[in-house]
Amino acid sequence: MTIARPARAPAAEELPPPPRPAILRAAALGETAAFARLAMVHLQAFDLSSDNATPYRNLDYARLVGWLRAIRDVDPRSDYALLSAARIYAENPDPARSRMALAFVHESFLQDPDRRWPWLAHAALLAKHRLRDLPLARRYAADIARLSRDSNLPDWARQLEVFVLEDMNELDAARVLLGAMLAAGKIRDPAERRFLEHHLRDLESRSGIADKGEKR
Amino acid sequence: MHPKAHLPGPMRMLAQATLLEARRGGLPLLAAACIAGTIGLAAFVSQVAITESVPLQASLAAALLRVGAAFLVAAHVVTSVAREAADKGFELALSLPLSRTQFYLGRLLGHAVAGTAIATAFALPLLAWAPPDAVAAWWLSLAFETLLVASLSLFLVFTLAHVVPALAATAGFYVLARGIASIQAIASGPLADDGFASRAAQWAVDGVALLLPRLDVATRSDWLVYGAPGATELGRVLASLALYAALASAAGLVDFHRRNL
Repeated sequence: MTIARPARAPAAEELPPPPRPAILRAAALGETAAFARLAMVHLQAFDLSSDNATPYRNLDYARLVGWLRAIRDVDPRSDYALLSAARIYAENPDPARSRMALAFVHESFLQDPDRRWPWLAHAALLAKHRLRDLPLARRYAADIARLSRDSNLPDWARQLEVFVLEDMNELDAARVLLGAMLAAGKIRDPAERRFLEHHLRDLESRSGIADKGEKR
Repeated sequence: MHPKAHLPGPMRMLAQATLLEARRGGLPLLAAACIAGTIGLAAFVSQVAITESVPLQASLAAALLRVGAAFLVAAHVVTSVAREAADKGFELALSLPLSRTQFYLGRLLGHAVAGTAIATAFALPLLAWAPPDAVAAWWLSLAFETLLVASLSLFLVFTLAHVVPALAATAGFYVLARGIASIQAIASGPLADDGFASRAAQWAVDGVALLLPRLDVATRSDWLVYGAPGATELGRVLASLALYAALASAAGLVDFHRRNL
């Protein structure tokens, strides 16, 4: 007699090729908000089981990113796909897979920089601290500052490139960038301005340029 | 002058009889079961979501309740008419001083009120997840959508005379109306062929789309997650649903008048 077996999470190799976004949108029958989120709940189950010490390690990331892209396009206003890419799939210990997830986050940011900058900021931090790829982190940080016009963009996100440049030991580039930010009047908070002016003087002294004592 | 005198007596009585039949046939119980099942499923699925759990609950519940409302209304209309036909109820009703138009519209009115009651019951739980203005827009749209489904089901069951074909035709029309915009987009998309067969398929799809209401822009769960639609957009949706309901009713009346009962 067959006894019902408990359902198991689908294995990594069971992830099918992604459909075209138009097909997925047709399947939603107009209920894009519900369908996109339900699709993400289904997707996150692949290669995620209690006996899997490292979830998602065996997933075909080319297919995964295809699915994330298709689901994102069904409901562009949902952040589920981006959160999953930035905070789950990008934290795969395999650097190649992690980069694919970060590239998806970057691609998504370029479509809507004002709303999706938090995910790219997280991607920049992952690139810096986990992948130790400072040029990649710098590229992401520079895109946030250059492209996002969100009035709620916090100062740390806008200044991220400066600190990445410092870590790259590119003190001159950091100094020039910070000087330009101060000169352009982008820093409105007095306390922040004081902190950054102090930081700029510190960069100048470290890069061997004397403090001229001018108010920037 | 009493307000109720505006509605002809026979039509009002038929509408009331239809509502009584819906109540005694277990429709309120089915609607309650649908609500309970939907809320339970939405709550369960939201437990495994890692983010946006409230929008997921709201949108999933709304999507399921919408389909549930359409199914309950269509099933009730079709089975009610089929049962009355089997019991020779039409012949009895039409032997009374009652025109075919009054009979048909009275039945439709009763089913429309039942649909509105279902829409109201289904909209109330959504207030837990969405602002009142968004739920109000969703409720209005669902009420008109159930009117459309009731009109269509009534027309199809009188025309096709059997339960399964009428239900299948209603379901097919409903699914096609919800998906036709996406089908058009696929047919005319960048990956579509340039050959004659592909262009002919595009024309056929566009032709079919002209005959169908745009149900993909009505009663959207997006409204509950991202905010209510503007008055103009909502007005267009409601007008479109009302127009197609009127067309289906007119078609049903024409067919009912020509039947030899």
